[in-house]
Amino acid sequence: MSDDTLTKDRPDLSNRETIDRVVIRFAGDSGDGMQVAGNRFTDDSAVFGNDLATLPSFPAEIRAPAGTLPGVSSFQVQIAAFDILTAGDQPDVLVAMNPAALKDNLADLRPGGTIIINTEAFEPRNLEKAGYQTSPIDDGTLEPYLVIEVPMETLTKEAVKESGVSGRDVLRSKNFFALGLLAWLFNRPLETTISWIEEKFGRKPEVAAANIAAYKSGYNFGFTTEAMKTTYEVLPAQLSPGTYTNITGNTALAWGLVAGAQQSRLPLFYGSYPITPASDILHELSKHKNFGVRTFQAEDEIAAVGSAIGASFAGNLAVTGTSGPGLALKSEGISLAVSLELPMVIVDVQRAGPATGMPTKPEQSDLLFAMYGRHGESPLPVVAAATPSDAFDTTFEAVRLALKYMTPVLLLSDNHIANGSEPWRLPDVSDLPDISVPFATTSVGNGHFLPYLRDPETFARPWAIPGTPGLEHRLGGLEKEEVTGNISYDPANHQLMTDVRAWKIASIANDIPPVEVDGDDDAEVLVLGWGSTYGAIKAGMRRVRRRGIPVAAAHLRHLNPFPANLGEVVRSVPRVLVPELNTGQLLRLVRAEFLVDAVGLNKVAGTPFQVTEIDDKIVEMVER
Amino acid sequence: MSETTTLSYTRADFQTDQEVRWCPGCGDYTILASVQTFMAEMGVRRQDIVFVSGIGCSSRFPYYMNTYGMHSIHGRAPAIATGIAATRPELSVWVVTGDGDALSIGGNHLIHALRRNVNLKILLFNNQIYGLTKGQYSPTSESGKVTKSTPMGSVDHPFNPVSLALGAEASFVARTLDMDRPHTIEVLKRAHQHKGAAFIEIYQNCNVFNDKAFLQLTGKTERELNRIALRHGERVVFGPDSQHAVVMEQGAAKVVPTNSVPADRIYVHDEHAPDPTVAFALSRISHGPYGPTPLGIFRDAERPTYDSGLNQQLVDAQTRKGPGDLAKLLRSLGTWEVE
Repeated sequence: MSDDTLTKDRPDLSNRETIDRVVIRFAGDSGDGMQVAGNRFTDDSAVFGNDLATLPSFPAEIRAPAGTLPGVSSFQVQIAAFDILTAGDQPDVLVAMNPAALKDNLADLRPGGTIIINTEAFEPRNLEKAGYQTSPIDDGTLEPYLVIEVPMETLTKEAVKESGVSGRDVLRSKNFFALGLLAWLFNRPLETTISWIEEKFGRKPEVAAANIAAYKSGYNFGFTTEAMKTTYEVLPAQLSPGTYTNITGNTALAWGLVAGAQQSRLPLFYGSYPITPASDILHELSKHKNFGVRTFQAEDEIAAVGSAIGASFAGNLAVTGTSGPGLALKSEGISLAVSLELPMVIVDVQRAGPATGMPTKPEQSDLLFAMYGRHGESPLPVVAAATPSDAFDTTFEAVRLALKYMTPVLLLSDNHIANGSEPWRLPDVSDLPDISVPFATTSVGNGHFLPYLRDPETFARPWAIPGTPGLEHRLGGLEKEEVTGNISYDPANHQLMTDVRAWKIASIANDIPPVEVDGDDDAEVLVLGWGSTYGAIKAGMRRVRRRGIPVAAAHLRHLNPFPANLGEVVRSVPRVLVPELNTGQLLRLVRAEFLVDAVGLNKVAGTPFQVTEIDDKIVEMVER
Repeated sequence: MSETTTLSYTRADFQTDQEVRWCPGCGDYTILASVQTFMAEMGVRRQDIVFVSGIGCSSRFPYYMNTYGMHSIHGRAPAIATGIAATRPELSVWVVTGDGDALSIGGNHLIHALRRNVNLKILLFNNQIYGLTKGQYSPTSESGKVTKSTPMGSVDHPFNPVSLALGAEASFVARTLDMDRPHTIEVLKRAHQHKGAAFIEIYQNCNVFNDKAFLQLTGKTERELNRIALRHGERVVFGPDSQHAVVMEQGAAKVVPTNSVPADRIYVHDEHAPDPTVAFALSRISHGPYGPTPLGIFRDAERPTYDSGLNQQLVDAQTRKGPGDLAKLLRSLGTWEVE
């Protein structure tokens, strides 16, 4: 089929139904290209102007045994004609490329939802691997749903026959067939994905040709098949005017570091050891050496933090990134940075623990570790990103605090933010503030540089870097005498230094915005959150308010110190609900700090909150 | 390196106002004096010198050097120093470490700094004992060593630090003795001139917990018998009357009576051999200071350095893509406009 067929025979508009949002989940074997299909559908929708949010889910194994439940990889996207906050609780449409994908995802599907099935994968061996005794297509399992059976393999083979690919490569294009079918069903423009394929597979023209052929074939199948009489359209959302891009949290975080380096006029150094789900930050930064970015793939997590400490001492914007297990290994190094009072950002992209846990699943269980996971009295600022695009701003804030207060800063993200994506209205880079901090150049100490003579306002000590004449000095992990930095075992000095280090961090509360409360002034429940639960909390609150129940929500970017008004905020409402993907970590902090009887909503299932879970809990608290 | 010919430092310029707190009689004092003496001659501005150490007796070193310095955490000095040297190639970065710090808790960082050939000068003070924690055996203590933690004798097999460094393909490897100041200074000078990672094992006497560990190399009668001086381009012979010689036989270095072999069979030392195999063979003549032991420069070979490679990539990326443009980066994944 040629391009002409496509344009000439576009679906009749009379069959087109307009809906305001839809949740689609692509599910298949981890080798089936579901992440690619999902990302393409997302980008096409973004360019079309929808608001959207995504939730990729994939196994930790690179190639789990084909056809099995552990090998299932999925990608969920919600697209909407209005501003949305999550990737949706329940898919409306499930694309199931094999029996395992169906079995793993069916329970999540909305009753009456649509299933697009790759029927040829439902053969005895695959059914058995998925644990089906009989085929769910025939045995009534799928009766509550609208099922569209597609012999995707035959159709893909047919479509790619002219392209020049052969053997096992032929079926690799079937994700593009499925994507084409979805493009037809939801009236997505084809051009963005076609040009993406052309660029991506430019060096393998036969693969590009096969993928484009399969993609168009899927589209045309939708048009000609009797199974789908109606197509749907989700109109562009009314977003604030501006230039948008679709961004994942890891990319936004990496760009936030590049921006922080530029606005502080420092070279960026990123020392890291590969770890899921933080590695993409290393990958992204290593592409930007023309910004003066140095990336160092260290021999281990300890070397990664060590190299960052050295780079900071030498005058770089020093950053190390990891996930929970790596943060544990960096703990001693971070406490050295606290003691040396050197600026540094430590990124923890949280994943489910303990130990190796579930490396590809989100959790918020490192908060208390970030707060307290160091020996000795070792305070540092902790900030957390709330959404993929917010990772840019939160990272920039982490850099600002690190430099202004000469301190390591812990920046929390998680798997959901790191790999999820959303449209981001790009900031005007000329509006980014100057966050540079001058290096010390002169000595006031009678010929002796005084490395712990503090700024009277911020209590930050001067940053004197090697190469500066006259400021030669030694720093060490042994307790230092205030002002001189000489080794000191004096009891009063250790008390003073401990108090000063604590005060320096606590006083940052005066330099951060008050937490904003969104919702009703007479709220019966305040929902207090942090990190990636932002979307579910906001959406849950909206639903409850639509029912006329007064409720409010507040979301924390700064976890240490808390915003100065937080005590007043949590004490001014009858009830406080703290939903977290852990067993109650912010909850403990809030209860301990403010002596309020806050209640937790806690889940550690390796999945984000559904909006209904938040919604139900708020209602339950109001009714009680 | 910012070198000028007008620098006129003395040893005193490198001394600090901090009271030196090693035990009286410790070998560290002699090494400190050698290093300070050498620094005055090195021709590098004081502000361009950085000393980084880990934890242990030797790691107090930076406090006594009037340069930039950091006394860090146990074993991590090579990693921290890598962050300095990789980002500031114009600095002269020195790591001071001990046998426990470098070879036990910090073994991983040591081998990787050597493998990468980061431009660091690593001084390993080897006293074959844990001094700061008061006398446990170390990874270089001889097997069977009776210490506080090994009352029935250690069952560990020790490292040979020179073999280890050569195994990690260190481009500069040398061994010297704390009490031989001219030799120490000569080796420091060569390490400074070397581009890339330089590893120097310094046999250092701990007179409190492991006194006379190096007697075979320092005793009045023993030293002449046991010191094998490695000199580039010279035949390796030793002993009061040069009566012992080193020959290479089937890939191994062997000590034989000099008069038992023709002169041209005696090994002629080549520091610059690109392959570390022969240097490794030399390092196997002794597994510790217990008999004839080679001293001097085992290897001084040229290899690309980590910092030059890393920084060249920045230059290349700027040449190819132009300087970074943040607004352009933010638009690099494709954008759309909302009116």
